[in-house]
Amino acid sequence: MEIGLTHYLTVASILFVIGIFGIFLNRKNVIIILMSIELMLLAVNINFVAFSTHLNDLGGQVFTMFVLTVAAAEAAIGLAILVCFHRNRGTIAVEDVAMMKG
Amino acid sequence: MEQLNLLVAAPELILAIGALALLMLGVFRQNAAGASLVMWLSIALLVVAGLVAYAADEASNTAFGGVFVSDGVSRFAKIFIFFGTAVTLWMSRDYLNRAKLMQFEFPVLVVFAALGMSMMVSSGDLIALYVGLELQSLSLYVLASFRRDSVRSTEAGLKYFVLGALSSGLLLFGSSFVYGAAGSTEFTVIAEHATGDHTNIAMVIGLALMLAGLAFKISAAPFHMWTPDVYEGAPTPVTAFFATAPKMAAAVLMVRVLYDGFGNAVESWQMIVAFLAAASMLLGSIAAIGQTDIKRLMAYSSIGHMGFALVGLAAGNEAGARGVLVYLAVYMVMNLGVFAYILTMRREGVLVTKISDLAGLWEKDGFAAICLVILMFSLAGIPPLAGFWAKWYVFQAAVEAELIWLLLVATVAAVISAFYYLRLIKIMVFDDSEAEFDTPMGREFRIVLGLSAAVMVLFVAGGLGVTQMAADAATLYAR
Repeated sequence: MEIGLTHYLTVASILFVIGIFGIFLNRKNVIIILMSIELMLLAVNINFVAFSTHLNDLGGQVFTMFVLTVAAAEAAIGLAILVCFHRNRGTIAVEDVAMMKG
Repeated sequence: MEQLNLLVAAPELILAIGALALLMLGVFRQNAAGASLVMWLSIALLVVAGLVAYAADEASNTAFGGVFVSDGVSRFAKIFIFFGTAVTLWMSRDYLNRAKLMQFEFPVLVVFAALGMSMMVSSGDLIALYVGLELQSLSLYVLASFRRDSVRSTEAGLKYFVLGALSSGLLLFGSSFVYGAAGSTEFTVIAEHATGDHTNIAMVIGLALMLAGLAFKISAAPFHMWTPDVYEGAPTPVTAFFATAPKMAAAVLMVRVLYDGFGNAVESWQMIVAFLAAASMLLGSIAAIGQTDIKRLMAYSSIGHMGFALVGLAAGNEAGARGVLVYLAVYMVMNLGVFAYILTMRREGVLVTKISDLAGLWEKDGFAAICLVILMFSLAGIPPLAGFWAKWYVFQAAVEAELIWLLLVATVAAVISAFYYLRLIKIMVFDDSEAEFDTPMGREFRIVLGLSAAVMVLFVAGGLGVTQMAADAATLYAR
């Protein structure tokens, strides 16, 4: 079987959907949400690299580099906010992130 | 390949280099006086960048090989973003000093956010769009949780971060499909390939996902759920900032993507944007009725107002672009005025945010009450105030595009939303209360409140030049 563009796109889409479900269905822990976000961004990267190879154009791979860099910064900021939240609240369970509602 | 054309990006270069210099200054002078100095220098830096943006050429120019675009639309947005940000910084000094939060990171983060916003409105390429958007968002996540010892503030930051990251993911996933379909990340090339041909599945999926991501950023329903919590939990000056410049930046970014990138495929996105507009207007006006916290109320009000701005965008024509620009400009000035007052609602040194705290204002502080009444009438869109003209221009665009059903929804939503603005006026003017706010109100708040109310009244005189400037900018999209 020839592995073509469609296969890569399918894998990326599955990963992306797992990431989204991880954010919405997870009732446990905010760290899992951070992992899901990472998963979504990596799915995007697979997409870009697959298209880049398919189109024979380097633009997509350049984009991937930017996504990777920003994802690192994003994870750092997310963890920093999470640490502050834990200091104040003493927990990082998703159900406890609900002081404000309505 | 075109030239580098660094001068086209002069406002951004000034901000980027200036912000880095201020960061160093802050590190070497780590005390309250140093932070105050950095604050004033940041305000000066934003004003300088605003003047440079004002002096910029109105014609289309590109830099960095087409990745960065400067034209009338970006010029218009940048002027408002830079001056609006400078005003919010000026107003946040009082709060930061009282809350012992005067740290040099605050103004520097705000300057970085302004830089990201001006990159967004000038983007001519998906990569530039993403980098600008993330620079803005990452700064805003930190600002939302700036009060590190408060559960509410850190919770607001956490919620904003999670949903913001999700929306960035959607936007990116969408842009990867657009890239795959068009073979390039440049808007000009995408425009050649996006011709409204529905057989190109990748393009349609990409467009839909990108729209979802962008709708998150401008807090349009049904992607609005972060807005009330973040507005309520974030420190009030940060809420004032969220409600002004980033809204302008995100809406103009949407104009960029939809008009520059997908301008030949209006019929593929018109209905999606019209739906977002209708949902936001209705949700913004109905959900706001039951609110008791003024910051939450302003959050729902901003969702509703973004809906009205999207009506202009959904029109997809030149008048629509003009309408969006005028609407956002007026909205920004109104919000600056309202938040100037919210920032002074203190009792015994503590900020209060209940709507009922406004009771009896008419008796106690006539000037503030009159200004607030004018601003509320303007938010409700009552003629001849600026808020009415802003709605007028977007409705005109919708008439041209024959979106009559959307106009009907908009009118109904405007009537419903008038209810809660009028209720605020009723509480201020007719209700009685013994409790007084701390006096006196700071000078900067009086100036901003008075000026924004004056602008609302005087707008009827030819739109104070703003309408003309927006119309000139929108000629870019004449067909």
